[in-house]
Amino acid sequence: MTTAAPVRIAFDHVSVEFASARGTMRVVDDVTYDIRDGEFVSIIGPSGCGKTTMMNIVAGFVQPTSGSVLLDGAPIKGPGPDRGVMFQEYGVFPWLSVRDNIAFGLKLAANRTPEAARDEIVNRYMRLMGLADFADAWPKTLSGGMRQRLALARAYAVRPQFLLMDEPFGALDAQTRSAMQDLLLEVLAAEGKTVMLITHSVEEAIYLSSRIIVMSARPTRVREIIDVPFPYPRQEALHETREFNELRSHVRELVMLEYAAQARQTTPAAPRAADDIGRIRRGKPPGGAS
Amino acid sequence: MLRIALIAAPWLLVVALWWLVSISGLVNPGLVPTPPQVGLKFWQLLTAGSLPVDIAMSTGRVFAGVALGIALAVPVGFVLGWYRNIRGFIDPLLNFFRALPPIALIPLVIVYFGIGEPAKIIILFYASFFAGVIVMYEGIAQISPLYVRVARTLGATDSELFRKVIVPLTVPHMLTALRVALGVAWATLVASELIAAQRGLGALIQNASAFFQLDVIYVGIICIGVIALAMDFAIRALARRFVAWQDRIA
Repeated sequence: MTTAAPVRIAFDHVSVEFASARGTMRVVDDVTYDIRDGEFVSIIGPSGCGKTTMMNIVAGFVQPTSGSVLLDGAPIKGPGPDRGVMFQEYGVFPWLSVRDNIAFGLKLAANRTPEAARDEIVNRYMRLMGLADFADAWPKTLSGGMRQRLALARAYAVRPQFLLMDEPFGALDAQTRSAMQDLLLEVLAAEGKTVMLITHSVEEAIYLSSRIIVMSARPTRVREIIDVPFPYPRQEALHETREFNELRSHVRELVMLEYAAQARQTTPAAPRAADDIGRIRRGKPPGGAS
Repeated sequence: MLRIALIAAPWLLVVALWWLVSISGLVNPGLVPTPPQVGLKFWQLLTAGSLPVDIAMSTGRVFAGVALGIALAVPVGFVLGWYRNIRGFIDPLLNFFRALPPIALIPLVIVYFGIGEPAKIIILFYASFFAGVIVMYEGIAQISPLYVRVARTLGATDSELFRKVIVPLTVPHMLTALRVALGVAWATLVASELIAAQRGLGALIQNASAFFQLDVIYVGIICIGVIALAMDFAIRALARRFVAWQDRIA
């Protein structure tokens, strides 16, 4: 990755605290890193450490308690179609057919697209994601992998500059997961985007990313930033190389240490995404002290 | 064919048991009319008696009560389901009123609203509203906020969010509330027609009881059951059509 590329997302001494029943809980602690244009950055760390909270800041659902996160130099004001988000639970709209799910964003005022162009985009992504035969099917009839591709197609259709993904492949079986990873790389090669991926999987992080940020146990800090030296396009066979395995051992060791540190903590799991959602539902501003 | 036989079998069984009881001699035959007697009475009331008017009056009252009840239950249930903090305060109040049997309210309804048509409809409205509002808010409270977030990240405005996400997610709960309210309204019909009703299936049953016309009472009861069942079928057919996307259809 050329260091000349401009910084798109800048975390500057970011801390996030949530108000919980037992007082204030610090989830993210003084985190600073940059994501540059066209980079694929994976954030890896123990479950519940605060990774999802960092993504929610960029998505516009959570405000940092202190420090700042700048998007192209400007503060983030709520969610927007420039940042496509892939949620862990997919969030495919069950009341819309496959076609209408993909078209949903294109029919909104924010990305209004003429009907002909809209059909073209929808058809293209249905073909690309292998959903063309299911254009008029309800999501309830689709498999997990297909719903995941549908969510990806829907996020892509509005042409976001950023793709924020929260463990998008976590619920898939190994084969589907591997196929989805390759599909993602393929799509990204065709239309470059800046990607932030939250993951648990060391292999996934190495295989997909140009850079990996290893986060510590909660309250999470940057433990180490690792450049992944393998050039794109990448192929499955990369997994078998010695370099891949050496890097994997190194990252895994770091991550395991942090998992152990997290396990030693006696505090209950941090209020994660579910808690943010609760705040939004109750009509409170997401995140921050309330 | 087998399916029709399976659906018909329990009905035929019930009629057969009823018939057996009435001819067995175990009970006074005067107390349990036979199915043919009731069938004949039904035909007489339908062709020469007041039954068509009674059915029309009762159905009209149930529709009016349910329409008003659901018209209020949908917005109130929506607000209570969406804003949990409000719900915490209102919930006990709702359960208090829901627990009151409509029949106990009749004296008050007569005092405040007289004995005309509005009084009967108010009883049905009361029953439908409290049944409907609880179904509504329980349903709305279960809607995943995930869909709201997804729509936001795709750029939806507040009004788009409401029209394109919240309304479609609300429709199934509206249909369920309607179904429950209709059932409750039919069950409350006889009570509502205790208020000086001249016509209606409830009035038919009460008048018949004054003259010990058991066959007429049977006709009235069976008519209420059959009409309520038919309406339930209709709403379920509607639900299959409009919310076919649901995993499980009521």
